[in-house]
Amino acid sequence: MRRLLPHPLLAPILALIWLLLNNSAAPGHILLGLLLGWFIPWFTLRFWPERVRLRRPLTLLRFIAVVLYDIVLANLIVARRILGRPAALRPAFVRVPLELKSDLAISLLANTICLTPGTVSAQLTPDRSCLLVHGLHVPDAEALVTSIKQRYEAPLKEVFESC
Amino acid sequence: MLEYLLSFLILGGAAFTFIGSLGLARLEDFYTRLHGPTKATTLGVGSLLIASALYFSTRGEGMSLHEVLVTLFLFITAPVSAHLLAKAALHLKLPSLAAVPEDNPPAHPVGNSPGPGPHKRA
Repeated sequence: MRRLLPHPLLAPILALIWLLLNNSAAPGHILLGLLLGWFIPWFTLRFWPERVRLRRPLTLLRFIAVVLYDIVLANLIVARRILGRPAALRPAFVRVPLELKSDLAISLLANTICLTPGTVSAQLTPDRSCLLVHGLHVPDAEALVTSIKQRYEAPLKEVFESC
Repeated sequence: MLEYLLSFLILGGAAFTFIGSLGLARLEDFYTRLHGPTKATTLGVGSLLIASALYFSTRGEGMSLHEVLVTLFLFITAPVSAHLLAKAALHLKLPSLAAVPEDNPPAHPVGNSPGPGPHKRA
């Protein structure tokens, strides 16, 4: 079972992407999509050593909703900062200590930090204990770290690492 | 009615994309400039894509959801490129308005870094 279907989650996702690429939901395309969804993960097995497990799909959905909301809100804030006086900005580097362990969760966290405007993740320490984040306007470094940890890290930890 | 909504979305998207590129000109160091084009544009491109999906879905040729994929790929690639740019800038020690943490451990072992030439090795 494991060798035949190494990534059960990836198959439906790839099938969905195939349908979106073709902009159609004809039975033939669904079949071809599922076939590709089975074949591609099998073919690229060596590049995916870790088996991905979602433990709380609902938390993941809530996380996505929070991130989308933050993107819209923070876009407005960054737009206002750009149009305002650039001299008033207080850019800063902030260290975020990480509790996440798995590769996928860390890269999702770094991606999320980059997507929400106002922060870019700049570097991960080699031992993966700490992420260096650059903020466009950081009046309070502590508050930024707490909000990243609460809003993004905690749900990711629940979804990918809860034991 | 739909046309008003579509034009609102397109104009709004264009405005956000423009503000994002304006950031490139107005902000002062590499790291802050990185914020404008990589991110103020997510909302801009997002509303342009929603407008496109709405327009092609209501023309009577069935749903058009290509745009979801564009969003997906954008959300996967944009942060990665921003992260790599920031990392390269740290490595090159570009001038920064914010204080760069000094004890920042190098990303690669020191021996491998293409640093100052051979005279240092002797």
